[in-house]
Amino acid sequence: MSIATDTSILARRGGLSGRLSDLFWRKPGILLLLMLTPPLLWLGIIYLGSLIALLLQSFFSIDDFSGLINFEFTLSTYRQLLIPSNFDIILRTVVMAVMVTLASAVIAFPIAYYAARYARGKWKVIFYLGVMLPLWSSYLVKIYAWKLILAKEGILTWFLAKLHLLWLLDAWLALPVVGGSSLSISYTGTFIVFIYVWMPFMILPIQAALERVPGNLIEASADLGGNPAQTFRFVLFPLALPGIIAGSIFTFSLTLGDYIIPQIIGSSRLFIGQAVYAQQGTAGNIPLAAAFSVVPIVIMGLYLWMAKRQGAFDAL
Amino acid sequence: MRSDRNTAAPLGLKIAAGAGLAFLHLPILLIFLYAFTTEEKSYQFPPPGLTLKWFAVTWNRPDVWEALGLSVRVATISTAIALVLGTLCAAAVSRTKFFGRETISLLVILPIALPGIITGIALRSAFSFAEIPFSFWTIVLGHATFCVVVIYNNAVARFRRVSGSLIEASMDLGADSFQTFRYIILPNIGTALLAGGMLAFALSFDEVIVTTFTAGQQSTLPIWMLEELVRPRQRPVTNVVAMVVVIVTFLPILGAYYLTRDGDQVAGGGK
Repeated sequence: MSIATDTSILARRGGLSGRLSDLFWRKPGILLLLMLTPPLLWLGIIYLGSLIALLLQSFFSIDDFSGLINFEFTLSTYRQLLIPSNFDIILRTVVMAVMVTLASAVIAFPIAYYAARYARGKWKVIFYLGVMLPLWSSYLVKIYAWKLILAKEGILTWFLAKLHLLWLLDAWLALPVVGGSSLSISYTGTFIVFIYVWMPFMILPIQAALERVPGNLIEASADLGGNPAQTFRFVLFPLALPGIIAGSIFTFSLTLGDYIIPQIIGSSRLFIGQAVYAQQGTAGNIPLAAAFSVVPIVIMGLYLWMAKRQGAFDAL
Repeated sequence: MRSDRNTAAPLGLKIAAGAGLAFLHLPILLIFLYAFTTEEKSYQFPPPGLTLKWFAVTWNRPDVWEALGLSVRVATISTAIALVLGTLCAAAVSRTKFFGRETISLLVILPIALPGIITGIALRSAFSFAEIPFSFWTIVLGHATFCVVVIYNNAVARFRRVSGSLIEASMDLGADSFQTFRYIILPNIGTALLAGGMLAFALSFDEVIVTTFTAGQQSTLPIWMLEELVRPRQRPVTNVVAMVVVIVTFLPILGAYYLTRDGDQVAGGGK
């Protein structure tokens, strides 16, 4: 008996690599530790370390006379966020993020639904790459393209002039808040570019959610007398909702933190990202910049918590 | 009874989906047209004439070549670092269950889940606090941090499909851990890593928000473009550069798609 077991066990492996392998096999914890140490050191020290250092600075304040940072715990920097001019920035950014998210969902839904339910074979690939290429193509080039489109002498004005619809553009630009002297320096322009740049992030999760809806569920709804609007309202939409929420995490977070789009295409009124940039750069007020950057973190934290309760992460 | 899968889409849906895709693609196509315009001073449409002159002008611009060179070097080294870190992390998370596994996934995803400006300003204030001067390596430090997640996502998806018994069989047949890695694991995850690497390269090549905070005086190609966008000086050269950037970023995306299309999860699903 004992002889049989002895021969079925191989001899110990020789050499350094052999002994190491034996060690890894017997004690998987050591291998795990070796594998995890480099990434955790990198992300933990470089990324989390800087992040925490930044957040700590939001509890310091800046000395108004010397312009130096006063290293004493205070909430006065956070109080500055509530003064009207700063609070307006936060409000403006959040409203923009909500609008962009809603509009993206409306535009993304038909694309995602068609790709999930009707596209087959070659068309499936075309839809997939059709979403993936704009998603991954250069962020700055996309903004630049819209600068070309929205410029006063650009293609949009030309197109509307051909259709004899220039009065419509002029009427829109004459409106308060959303208007301006040209689309490329108005909130409308900022809004369009935000949708364009972040909308692909909405399509993929909605498509993933809709792929899981069995086609006969929709037919069953129709068989039971639901018209298309009712089927959408009571069957399709509730099942797509986790996907929409998952997509909105991207559109919402990316809009909250962006500072380049409103700087290039938009009015001179600031968004949170621009405020952070201005405070840390020209103003040299790192504590206020840090406090401003806590706002999107807190908003996204709340948002993620709600999204998790809705089961949105399963659709990612 | 099985329902018919080939029901045609309603016309309204077809139009809405088609219009949505057109909205995503037409602006990029416009970039190609503007690269040939003869107009120098404005964004006039339709272009008054077409010319190839600006390609030659751009070709002879040392600042464009310098920016391009820096971008390629940064992207290459960041991708290499991210490949090592991301693969290690993915291997650890998918092979074993341990306490804090979820936290590690979260930690990897955080650098792209939070707005880029927060990563950027955090790194910048940390550099100034530690008195590290801005250099090539500060840019790489930032880029590698957010590239890890792309590799990680691709590798985790592939590790899920590599069966554990393959590895055990290899060990039973007398291979040590390193041989098993070289001959069993690497061939299985190779294409996923290549796809992830291409996407990480594209991500780094295009990154501007974090880079503005970690670059100091040097300019990568996106920083060069950003300066042109804020203060347009040579519009025709910018048009040509924009077109080249579009082409250069499309290639790795297509490559990554073809490498992973047979898998359960296709690369690039989340940026």
